[in-house]
Parts: sequence; C-alpha cells; structure tokens
Amino acid sequence: MKDGLSRKGEAMSYGCKDGLIELVLHRTPCNEIGSKSLDELEAFSDALQGLIEPAHGLIIYSDLKCGFCAGADLRELYERSQSLRKEEALEGVRVFLERIHRVLNVIDGVPFTTIAAVHGVVFGGGFELALTCDLIIADKTSRFAFPELRLGLIPGFGGIPRLKRDIGNAVVRDLLLTGRSFNTTKAQQVGLVSQVVAEGEAVRAACATAAQLAKFDRHAAARAKQFIKPIPHEELKQEIDIFCELFARPAVQSGLKKFVESTDAQPYLP
Amino acid sequence: MLTAEKTLEEILNLAAAHFKVPREKLSPDDDFFKTLGIDSLQALDLLTKLENHFHVELPDYELQGVSDFRTLASKIQVRL
Repeated sequence: MKDGLSRKGEAMSYGCKDGLIELVLHRTPCNEIGSKSLDELEAFSDALQGLIEPAHGLIIYSDLKCGFCAGADLRELYERSQSLRKEEALEGVRVFLERIHRVLNVIDGVPFTTIAAVHGVVFGGGFELALTCDLIIADKTSRFAFPELRLGLIPGFGGIPRLKRDIGNAVVRDLLLTGRSFNTTKAQQVGLVSQVVAEGEAVRAACATAAQLAKFDRHAAARAKQFIKPIPHEELKQEIDIFCELFARPAVQSGLKKFVESTDAQPYLP
Repeated sequence: MLTAEKTLEEILNLAAAHFKVPREKLSPDDDFFKTLGIDSLQALDLLTKLENHFHVELPDYELQGVSDFRTLASKIQVRL
C-alpha cells in the first residue's frame, strides 16, 4: 500500500494522506468489536506494516454519533458461546483474544505517534483500543468505563495492563472495581486524556497535533516512544489467562444472557 | 449553593434544550426515559451534560433505578 491509498470496510475504513493515517470506525450501533471488526482490524494491522516508512502519525476516531466504541460485541459473544460446546466456546474466546492482542500490540508499538480522537461512549474494548494510542484527545461528551465486572469478567483486550502503564493504580481500581464511568474532566484530572476540546472538535484537534508532531525528527520521536511506552507483554498474557478462567464460570453465561435479553433502560449498569 | 428547587429547574431546562423537547412538556416527576424518548446511551449523554453543568461527579451506580427528574435532582444536590 502506498501513501494516498485507502480501504473501506463494513466496520471501519482507513486511508493515508500526506503521511497521516486515519482509521475511522463506523459499525452501527456503536462500533461493537466482534469477529467482523477483528478481521478488519487485522487487515489494517497488516497494512500498517507497509505504512511505517511514509507515515508520521495515526488518528483513530469514530464516525458515529453515539461515540467512539461501546466495547466488545456481547451479543455475538453470547450467541457463539451458546452454539458451541463449553470447551469449544472457551477455545474460541482464547483465539479471539490472542488475535486482538496481536493487532493492538501492533498499533501500540508503531514507530510514529498515534492519537485516539474520542467522543461519547468509550467503554470496555473501545477504551482498550484508545489506550493503545500514545495520546487521547477527547471532546466534552466522552465517557470512559470498564463495565466488565458486571458480567463477571475483566477487560480482555489489554485494558488493565495498559491503564496501569498510564495512570496510578488507585484510579485503575476505581474504574475496574466500581465499573463507573469517568467524564472527560475526570479523565483529564487523572492523566488519561491529554487534551479536552469542545463537542465535535476532537478530530480537528488531533489533526493539528499530528501536524505539529510531523515537524520532529522521526527517528528521535520513535526512540522516545519506544523508551517511554513499553508494551507490557507479560501482563497482557496473564490478562488472557484470567479472562479465560473467568469466562469458563457459569455466572458469565448468565450475565451475558441477562445483558443480551435486557429491556432495562440502563442495561450497562451493574 | 443552589437550592433544591433551582437545581431541579436547571435540570429540566437543560434536558429540554439538549433533547429539543418543549420545556412546558417536562415535569419534575416525569420518567425522563419516556418523556425525552431516550435510550441508555442518550441517558449517559445527559449524565455528562449534568456533570459538566453542575461541576459534580455522579457515579453511574447511584443513578441505578433513577428515572424521574426530581430524584435525579436530589442526587445532584447532595454533591453540590
């Protein structure tokens, strides 16, 4: 792939223009990450390898009004696990997690600056995708949460190790153990968000930031990033093991069933 | 500090403006999910607007089961 080429998928599209790569999420209802999204993320990850030379930055954002991403596709997860034997379902979950970890590790480690430009819902897997980026620029409508405990699970796409890398353990515990969501002001106070902008302005601010970063020496910027942002490989592996251990418990299936079948006005609340 | 009545009034005004519903159609004891015609994601949007407006934090779990403006106002009032 050369500078200037693009690809439009069902769940997301990407393109590279003047050295800036844009990954745009657009799977309704709110960019839930299931097998289709994973396939397309893998295609994007493969394409990224060919963009390392021409690119100086990557921006990830959502085209949908509801927000950046509501997390994993729980409906698909539940339906697949119902159609398989327990061992097969568990193996399928592990394979899915290993695949998405590979993709997110590629995005995390690319030798140029990455920015998540977020708005609205930044929950679960969506939060984890944003955490792979070097900077998070959020508009004032953004909310960040890890609601996985309500299902008897932990975040499975690398969220805890990456959050621990970025902010204090007490804040990680607050997000993880209460499942509550942080607004943008709170997220900036705890050091999660680098810039807060007015509603609808996150992508513009991200582009302006990327333009500034393009002025710096590429090699020096890449070395600085490599030095300050190591990928926590060991903890990421542990996370997959813990997730799979928890997923095997019957409580998770009943939690997923309850969520999928809920007509509650606030099904995201524990 | 705002009085409880003033807090409630500001919530009603804010909800009406944000969701483009005539203010006179909203009452303190209305079920805001029904009156505003909003789903859970839009309720989160309202929560963000309220937190930003009143400069408070409202943990999601405190709002579990809350669906009327008056109770919502009482949750905000204790954090002002």
